[in-house]
Amino acid sequence: MSIRELVSGASIVVCCGSGGVGKTTTAAALAVEAARLGRRACVVTIDPAKRLADALGLESLTNMPGRVEGPWSGELWAVMLDTKSTFDALVTQYADTPAQAERILANRLYRNISGALSGTQEYMAMEKLFELHQAAGVGDAPAYDLIVVDTPPTRNALDFIDAPRRLTKFLDNRLFRLLVMPSRTYLRAVSVATQAFLRTVARVVGAEVVDDAVAFFQSFEGMEQGFRERAQRVLELLADDATVFVLVASPRRDTVEEALYFADRLIEAGIGVDGLVVNRMHPRFGAVTGSAAADRSRAETLASTPLGGLFANLADFRQVAEHEEEHLAELAERVAPAPVARVPFLDHDVHDLDGLGEVAAALMAAADS
Amino acid sequence: MDPAGFCQQSRVLIVAGTGGVGKTTVSAAIARMGARAGLKVLLVEVEGKSGLAGSFGHAGPLSYRETVLSEDRGGSVRGRTLTPDDALVEYLEQHGMKRISRRLISSGAIEVVATAVPGIKDILVLGKVKALERDSDADVIVLDAPAAGHAITFLSSANGLLDAVRVGPIRAQAEEVVGLLSDAARCQVLLVTLPEETPVNELVETGFALEDRVGVSLAPVVVNGLYPALGGLDVGAATVAADAEVHLRPGEAETLDEAAAFRRTRQELQSEQVARLAEALPLPQLRLPFLFTTDVGPAELDVLADALAASLAEIPGPAAR
Repeated sequence: MSIRELVSGASIVVCCGSGGVGKTTTAAALAVEAARLGRRACVVTIDPAKRLADALGLESLTNMPGRVEGPWSGELWAVMLDTKSTFDALVTQYADTPAQAERILANRLYRNISGALSGTQEYMAMEKLFELHQAAGVGDAPAYDLIVVDTPPTRNALDFIDAPRRLTKFLDNRLFRLLVMPSRTYLRAVSVATQAFLRTVARVVGAEVVDDAVAFFQSFEGMEQGFRERAQRVLELLADDATVFVLVASPRRDTVEEALYFADRLIEAGIGVDGLVVNRMHPRFGAVTGSAAADRSRAETLASTPLGGLFANLADFRQVAEHEEEHLAELAERVAPAPVARVPFLDHDVHDLDGLGEVAAALMAAADS
Repeated sequence: MDPAGFCQQSRVLIVAGTGGVGKTTVSAAIARMGARAGLKVLLVEVEGKSGLAGSFGHAGPLSYRETVLSEDRGGSVRGRTLTPDDALVEYLEQHGMKRISRRLISSGAIEVVATAVPGIKDILVLGKVKALERDSDADVIVLDAPAAGHAITFLSSANGLLDAVRVGPIRAQAEEVVGLLSDAARCQVLLVTLPEETPVNELVETGFALEDRVGVSLAPVVVNGLYPALGGLDVGAATVAADAEVHLRPGEAETLDEAAAFRRTRQELQSEQVARLAEALPLPQLRLPFLFTTDVGPAELDVLADALAASLAEIPGPAAR
C-alpha cells in the first residue's frame, strides 16, 4: 500500500513523531491531498506555527472545524485543538446535573487537570478525533471521509493511546475514593490513617491543595463510569482497521533513534506503523554510483584549481546523503512493508495554501518515487 | 570574549530551545569548550535521553550519579541526569518524609498532588539545580533544559507556584528558585535555534517571554547548523574545467553545478534568517556549523567547541565586574 492509498482509503490518519520533524505540516499536507482526491477531509492540529495556522484560517480559536476553500474537488476542514474547551464539553456532557458540571468546572484541581495534567492534551486530541468521527453530515453519512490528527510532541509514543486510561486511573485513586465514600465502620480505621497522611501532605504543599483535591473527587462522584466507557470507545476506534498511523521523522541520527523507539512501541502495542514520512532530506546529486570519498579525494587533487571547491561541495552533500540513508535504512526496515516517503528540504515555510499544496505535491511525488 | 570568561558569566547556564534544533549537542559543545579552557563543568540532563553521553564517546545513558565524560588540561566534564522522579524522592528523604514517600507514590497520591500543584516537578528539578550550585565543586553547571515549548513552562513554574501555594517548604523552595533565576550573576539562559523561519520565530517569542515572565537574563543565542562558508561556488564547472584542462566525466559538470547552486541558495536563505533574528532579538549570536557527518562523536564535538570559541572571540567581553 502506498501513502496515496492511505490518504484515499483510510478514515483516520494519526501522525506521530518527535518534535521539530514537520509533523503538523505533514498532517495538513495529507489532508490537502485527500481533498484533492475528492474526499471530505478534516485536519486536527495541535500547535501549528503561526503562518500555517493563518494559511488554514485558524487565527480565531473556536475549537470547531472551519472550512478551508481551495483548488480541490473535495472539502478541506481544519480545527486547532483547544484542550480546555474540549474537556469542559466532556464534563458537561457526562455530569448528572448542570450544578455538578458547574462545581467541577470551577474546581481549581480540575482547572489544572484540563490545562496541565500530563497527557490531557493527548487525551483531548483523541477525544476530538472521536467526536469528529461521530459527527453526522448530510443524511446519515458521516461529516468527514478522513480525519487527519496531529499528535503533541511527546517523548512517549503511546501517550495519546494511554492518556484516556491515565485519566480514568487518576479518577480511580483509591486514597481519595476512601475520603468521599460514605463512612462505614470497617473503613474508619483506614480513614484515620488516611487523614493523618493527608495532613502530612498538607503541611508540605498547603491545606488548600488537599481541600481542592477532596472537593474535586467528591464532585466527580458518579461520572467515572461515563468517562471510562468513552475512553474504551476511543481505544476501539484507534484499533480499527480504517485507522492508520503515519510516523513522521527527519533523517538525523537522534531523531531516527526516537522514531525507532516510537515504531517499536507502536508495533508492541499491536498498532504498527502504516506509513513513514521522512522530512528534511538533503538532495542526492549526480549518479548513484558516485561516493563522497571519491569526490573528496578529487577535491584534494584539484585543490589548486577552481574545481576544488566544487568537488569539496559535492563531497559534502554526498556525505550527508550517505549518512542520512544509513540512518534511515534501519527505520525503513523496522516499519516494512510500510511505504516510505522521503521529502526534500523545503526552502520556505508554508505561508499560504499554495505553499501547502506544494508540500502535498512534494510528499506525494516522494511517496511515488 | 574568551571561553573561560563566557562560561563563568554565571554559575548556572540553562540551554533551551524547541525540538530538533540541536540543544543537547550545543550543551555538550559548551561543556567541552569550558573543559578545554581548564574549567570543571557539570552537565545536567533532565529527560533521561542517551544522546548526551554518546557525543562524548561514552556508552550508555547517564545516571543520577555523576560520570566523568572527558578530562584534559585541568578541566573536565562530568555528566548526570536529574529527572523529576529522582528529585522528588531525594526531596522527600531530605525533608524527613522517607517513611511516607513510598505510600505517596504507591497510592498515586503523588500524581494528585502533582496535578493540584502544576509545576511542582519542575520546582523540584530546579531546586536541585540550586542545591548543586551551592554544593558542587564545578565551576559551571550546564543544564540541558526540557525540549519543545516546555522551556517557558519549566522556567516559569516557580513564579506560578508562588501564586498557588502560600505556605510550607515547597513555597520556600520556589522562592529560592526564583532568586536563582532572576540573578544574572548566578544564572543565565542560552537559547538555541536553526537558521530557519519557524525556529527563529519561536526563539524570538521564547526570548521575550522568558525576559518578561521569568525575569531571567539571556546569554548570547546560538544559531546551529549553518553551512560553513565555501568559496568558489559561483563558477560554471564546465568552463573552469576547460580552463584548467581537467577532464570531467559525462554529466559531472551538471552535478557539480547543481550541488553548488543548492548550497548557494541555502546559504542565502540561512543568511536571511540570521539577519532577521539579529533584527528581532538584540542579542549577540554564536554560530555553529552544519556537520556534514551528521553524527556527533568526540571529534565533531571538538569541531563545535572550536567553532563556539571562534564565534565568542568576535563578541566583546562583558564589562569588568
